[in-house]
Amino acid sequence: MSPIDASLLAIGAWIAIGGCGLMAPRSAALACRALYPAGAAVGLLLAAVALYALFHDPSARVLALGLPDLPFHARLDALSAFFLLLLGGVGAGVSVFAAGYLRADQGSPPGLIALCYHLFLASMALVLVADDAYFFMVAWETMALSSFFLVTSDHRHAEIRRAGYLYLLIAHIGAISILLCFGALQAGTGNYTFEGMRALQLPPGWATVAFVLALAGFGAKAGILPLHVWLPEAHPAAPSPVSALMSAVMLKTAVYGMSRVTLDLIGFPVWWWGVIALAVGLASALFGIIFAAVQTDMKRLLAYSSIENIGLIVAGFGLTLLFRGFGMGTLAALALTATLYHCLNHAFFKSLLFLATGSVLHATSERNLGRLGGLIHRMPWVAWCALIGTVAIAGLPPLNGFVSEWLLLQAFLFTPSLPQGYVNMLVPVAAAAVALTAALSGYVMVKFYGIVFLGRPRDEALAQAHDAGPWEKTGLAWLVAVCIALGLLPRAVIGLIEPITRQFTGYVISDEGRSWLFLAPIEPERASYSPLLFFAVASLVIVAAWLAVRAFYHGRARRTAPWDCGFPWQDARMQDTAEGFGQPVKVVFQPAFRIEGEAPSPRDRRPRYREIVEDRFWYWFYLPVARLVERLTALVTVLQRGRISVYLMYSFATLLVLLFFVR
Amino acid sequence: MNLADAAAQFTELLLALLLAPLLTGWVNQCRSWLQNRSAPGLLQPYRVLAKLFEKEVVLAHNASPLFRAAPYLIFGCLALSAAIVPTLATGLPLNAAADAIALVGLLAVARFFIALAGMDIGTAFGTLGARREMLVGFLAEPALLMVLFTASLISQSSSLSTIVDVLGHREFAIYPSMAFAGVAFTIVSLAENARIPVDNPATHLELTMIHEAMILEYSGRHLAMMEWASSLKLFVYSCMGLALFFPFGIARGGDWLGIVLALPVLVAKLAVGGAALALIEILSAKMRIFRAPEFLGTAFLLAVLAMLVHVLLEA
Repeated sequence: MSPIDASLLAIGAWIAIGGCGLMAPRSAALACRALYPAGAAVGLLLAAVALYALFHDPSARVLALGLPDLPFHARLDALSAFFLLLLGGVGAGVSVFAAGYLRADQGSPPGLIALCYHLFLASMALVLVADDAYFFMVAWETMALSSFFLVTSDHRHAEIRRAGYLYLLIAHIGAISILLCFGALQAGTGNYTFEGMRALQLPPGWATVAFVLALAGFGAKAGILPLHVWLPEAHPAAPSPVSALMSAVMLKTAVYGMSRVTLDLIGFPVWWWGVIALAVGLASALFGIIFAAVQTDMKRLLAYSSIENIGLIVAGFGLTLLFRGFGMGTLAALALTATLYHCLNHAFFKSLLFLATGSVLHATSERNLGRLGGLIHRMPWVAWCALIGTVAIAGLPPLNGFVSEWLLLQAFLFTPSLPQGYVNMLVPVAAAAVALTAALSGYVMVKFYGIVFLGRPRDEALAQAHDAGPWEKTGLAWLVAVCIALGLLPRAVIGLIEPITRQFTGYVISDEGRSWLFLAPIEPERASYSPLLFFAVASLVIVAAWLAVRAFYHGRARRTAPWDCGFPWQDARMQDTAEGFGQPVKVVFQPAFRIEGEAPSPRDRRPRYREIVEDRFWYWFYLPVARLVERLTALVTVLQRGRISVYLMYSFATLLVLLFFVR
Repeated sequence: MNLADAAAQFTELLLALLLAPLLTGWVNQCRSWLQNRSAPGLLQPYRVLAKLFEKEVVLAHNASPLFRAAPYLIFGCLALSAAIVPTLATGLPLNAAADAIALVGLLAVARFFIALAGMDIGTAFGTLGARREMLVGFLAEPALLMVLFTASLISQSSSLSTIVDVLGHREFAIYPSMAFAGVAFTIVSLAENARIPVDNPATHLELTMIHEAMILEYSGRHLAMMEWASSLKLFVYSCMGLALFFPFGIARGGDWLGIVLALPVLVAKLAVGGAALALIEILSAKMRIFRAPEFLGTAFLLAVLAMLVHVLLEA
């Protein structure tokens, strides 16, 4: 059986599992004990197939589905296989977690949620294997709709319905853009298979149009500026496993689409496309992390951090295009490796963190950081898993976030050999932006972890919090294990990316004749990093220090009340709130925010302090567009009379005009 | 990796561990002299460490395992970073395991965990210190990275060992990019080591403290590890500055004679550097915490400027 058939069968299995949910839509036991575990097994299977396909020739299959004379084409090449691997690996962990997480009393019946969930997984996989524009769009829309129903599964709340509507709206604006992009790519031939588009040599003007449309269309799904507004609304609204899947995998399908269109279908590189992508990506990254720092809702915080990570991915992708445009194959391979590595990393650590917030949410029914705290004592398993996730996402060695950041920074370091002077000058600024983003993400993650898990509980109800169940623990443990493996074994991971870089840049990151311990992308004299050695020596030093202290001194410890400079009346409310912890960032980056608020006068007997921090893009971009649309619709409303005779007259007039023109 | 190199690496690590409190003592001594006070002995930091190790640990009721593990973790990170920075010799085994970016990452790990440890007990001061430390960190870390990038661009390598080799063996001249980078690096090291004008290591005044606020709840051997770690941090930053801006006198890996000769050179350079640090400290006043971002922002811009100057002038 060829890999494509195997993966299509696995996708079919997901759809079938989802269909089973309809047998007993109200039974949570069926969904949790049978469907999600089965879905997880299929996920692992799909990952295995993808791993096999990554190192074998592309395989294709024409499905006799779809419209007459317009069959679905499916194909599994290295790029698809890589993202399929990501989907299968993350999907398995999230499904296991979902088996323990989803309950009966959460809006939609559990069977329906299971149906949408598995359809969502299947449609994402279909997006990755689609090999013609028609099939791609069908899968893309299925993905958007199934995730819409998942986001609004708790539809009793008005704000969740609003978030779902916003998500659907932006998803469709993006879809229109992608549709137009495929229109530009087929260049009037009417051949919508990717095979045909690949063979075509587009004129540069049309290629640019296609690139811009792809960047906008896939960017809307990925959440790059200024189309990011749905992310912080939709992620908190959705159940946690769904937020995890959306952030970890769905955003990556957009990266896949961008790479497929730009690297594969258009085929020839233009360097300044890279500059656009780099600029947009870096702007998104900085914007996302600055906003994440001032959030008070833990899922919104993670959603903004997704904007940051996608921004870094798009920046890396831009760098790839830039190098490719200048014909620097090795460097393009390095940048592409960094980009894809970060996709993989972000998928695993972000789903881990979303699931951890899900456990916290279940245990405490609280998403607001200001009411949490001290959970490391109540839920140690979740807390330690989340610690690994936060260290990884903060880009700290020796975990996985650092490896991709390291590769990306290396790509920047080698840039100043570009033939374009102005671009050369932009590179230090871009590198500085990446460094600033990485440092800020450390800030945000200290805030996230410190406020949720450390300190004292800010609410009495937290004393009742319980640790996650066995299914949830297993799901978290799987994601933690992959995060650690991705961090410590970068050479193996780069081996997975090599087939893709070879296909699109003609080069791989050179590694001949070097010890497998070391990661040295260009030459070992220029840069090398060995996470395993690094980790081993660090643990050795730490353990040696501990043992030495134990051996030469004593292990005595006494428990008492905290010291806190001798102040005896401390309570949990004296700790920083989320607003308090984010305040320095708000002050330093004040122009980035739209802040509205009032402070009480000093004589106020009942002081109230109010502050609203908003996204400026609502006022710069969305409200003007909304006003314009309103004005246009007001013009069209004149035609609307509400009488059937008038409408018949319109039809008649249209017919006459058409007859006159067409004849 | 041969045995001689590994032994040299181990010597370097051991030397850093032993020498770091001495540097702290020297800076304190210089500061006292400059302020016309009678100075504590040069070995005072060792006495403090010995005293703290003997003392019992007093833990808050709600201290988590993270709180108890953090001192060792932070100490380990800083000890490892002391081994990565070429102090006596270049080309040692750990130089290949971690380059300049990994060094910055390692220092970030130490900062991350000290901030988390500060938040663990849940006191007002602990979170205040953590927040301020991260505020200083998110501006200082990219600036440090840009300084190292400037040096990397000059030497075409991000490996610290190669950087020192290249910078140490070219003819002496003032390079404008390195001059900008040097100013930026000075500001960053002042901020990162909790020195005046950003922080004051000698005070527990509520309104101003950053570093001390985070380690307020530590006592006994934990506090000793933390104090030793901050000495190590000062040592690491000093050696990094010396390696980047005054790279002469550093031996090439495994050359034992060179290493033996490099030791007095290093001690002399550290003595001058420590005295200069004390001079900077007594000449400046502690600034308000919200002036610190401007101060560090200047460092960040200078560091970016250094990179730009290098790209434009190739110097």
